[in-house]
Amino acid sequence: MASITYKGHEFEVDEDGFLLRFDDWNPDWMEYVKDSEGITDITPDHQKILDFLQDYYRKNGIAPMVRILSKNTGFKLKEVYELFPSGPGKGACKMSGLPKPTGCV
Amino acid sequence: MAKHATPKLDQLESGPWPSFVSDIKQEAESRTKNPKGLDYQIPVDCPSDLLGVLELSYTDGETHWKHGGIVGVFGYGGGVIGRYCDQPEMFPGVAHFHTVRINQPAAKYYSTDFLRQICDMWDLRGSGLTNMHGSTGDIVLLGTQTAQLEEIFHEITHKMNTDLGGSGSNLRTPESCLGSSRCEYACYDAQDLCYNLTMEFQDELHRPAFPYKFKFKFDACPNGCVAAIARSDFAVIGTWKDDIRIDQAAVKAYVGGEFKPNAGAHAGRDWGKFDIVEEVVKRCPTKCMTWTGSELRINNKECTRCMHCINTMPRACRIGNERGASILLGAKAPVLDGAQMGSLLVPFIEVSEPYDEIKDLIGKIWDWWMEEGKNRERIGETMKRLSFQKLLEVTGIEAMPQHVCEPRHNPYMFFKEEEVPGGWNRDIAAYRKRHLR
Repeated sequence: MASITYKGHEFEVDEDGFLLRFDDWNPDWMEYVKDSEGITDITPDHQKILDFLQDYYRKNGIAPMVRILSKNTGFKLKEVYELFPSGPGKGACKMSGLPKPTGCV
Repeated sequence: MAKHATPKLDQLESGPWPSFVSDIKQEAESRTKNPKGLDYQIPVDCPSDLLGVLELSYTDGETHWKHGGIVGVFGYGGGVIGRYCDQPEMFPGVAHFHTVRINQPAAKYYSTDFLRQICDMWDLRGSGLTNMHGSTGDIVLLGTQTAQLEEIFHEITHKMNTDLGGSGSNLRTPESCLGSSRCEYACYDAQDLCYNLTMEFQDELHRPAFPYKFKFKFDACPNGCVAAIARSDFAVIGTWKDDIRIDQAAVKAYVGGEFKPNAGAHAGRDWGKFDIVEEVVKRCPTKCMTWTGSELRINNKECTRCMHCINTMPRACRIGNERGASILLGAKAPVLDGAQMGSLLVPFIEVSEPYDEIKDLIGKIWDWWMEEGKNRERIGETMKRLSFQKLLEVTGIEAMPQHVCEPRHNPYMFFKEEEVPGGWNRDIAAYRKRHLR
């Protein structure tokens, strides 16, 4: 596994660039990831989605279903992709420090 | 000289069946020689290292791919299956070995020109290995590195006018049998419906929005050449409403031996002279046929359109002229709660462009399942959990005997409150006036 140093923080990541430990997350992680996810600036809209993902994960121990993300943030799936070009899984979950989505992908 | 010794795999080069080992070795050799002088974008020895890692798995009986992998292209949430080797030092050529799913043309007709373009692109940017095709239907490009994904996507979309297939919790790549392109049993244009719905639902295919995966398959008759009833959540299976068309002269030709039964499918063995009574009339599941000695008669009211007589005497019996399809819902593999095949939802539906009726039905089913389906619950499981009755309600379909193979044998029946005089609100005191404790 690789480890990344950015602005003095050390992040351990897997091949896909997901954080190995949710607890390692801090705001600089988002700054570091955004370029590889096709995002120029983190807007309040981005932040709303990222915050929701983190809250949901802390409460439930899993990432929310897409439908729940849309319902709670008010962003349609299309808008989520406009904000995060690789989508809610690869884009938003990665930036918010959640574990890598698994299953039949 | 091969990069790795592969004594076990080498044994799979003998025998008559086309050997995947010989083929991979051939590709490995071709990449080493590089006759076209290509600037290979991923390691030249990718196929050699694949054989190496496979030999290792043969030796220790365990897979050597790491768990999962999330890679893709911008704008899509699926289409690429990420994969990493768990021995990257030993086999650097397959350290990354991602699979790219490409949406195939319905029923898989190709021109060599198109396939050549795919191969040229894949030689340069991938391993040179493929699956033709994945079980769902996609062209499968087997093995490339993350940096190549956007390059591949750009090339197939810009130069080949071709898109990725589906993966993840979304609509997967639809597929059909070859339908009316070269089959006289086709009750509707399966390829056209497949293509039309694929285009209609591009968003659902590329951006996972469902509780779980969802598959369409289109069989143009009950023979099920694309196995829609077993391998798709939403199966469209062609059928007809009127009478089987019988050409009595052709029937006589079968009886007389001029025409071979089943178009000669059993020619490899002597089954004796064709016996229309034994092989057709008595085999009919509803026993709705009679052979008078000079004429074949079918009581079409009792025919379940199983295809047997048509399959046996294709030159004498033909599908009817009032054609459409049945729709069956909910097929899935065993995980989690057991395998299911499609259950009949719509016995007969018109199938003609622009297919609005079918699209409306799909919309109703998705609206319900996207709202009610649990995380990773196939529609077949949602039907089990919330009942077939609920499915009928949300699709606005009237219950009919054709919906069941047999009625329930348990008496645990739910009634709606409005169906019951007096409703559910009862006063125990009123009851006690008639029945003392």
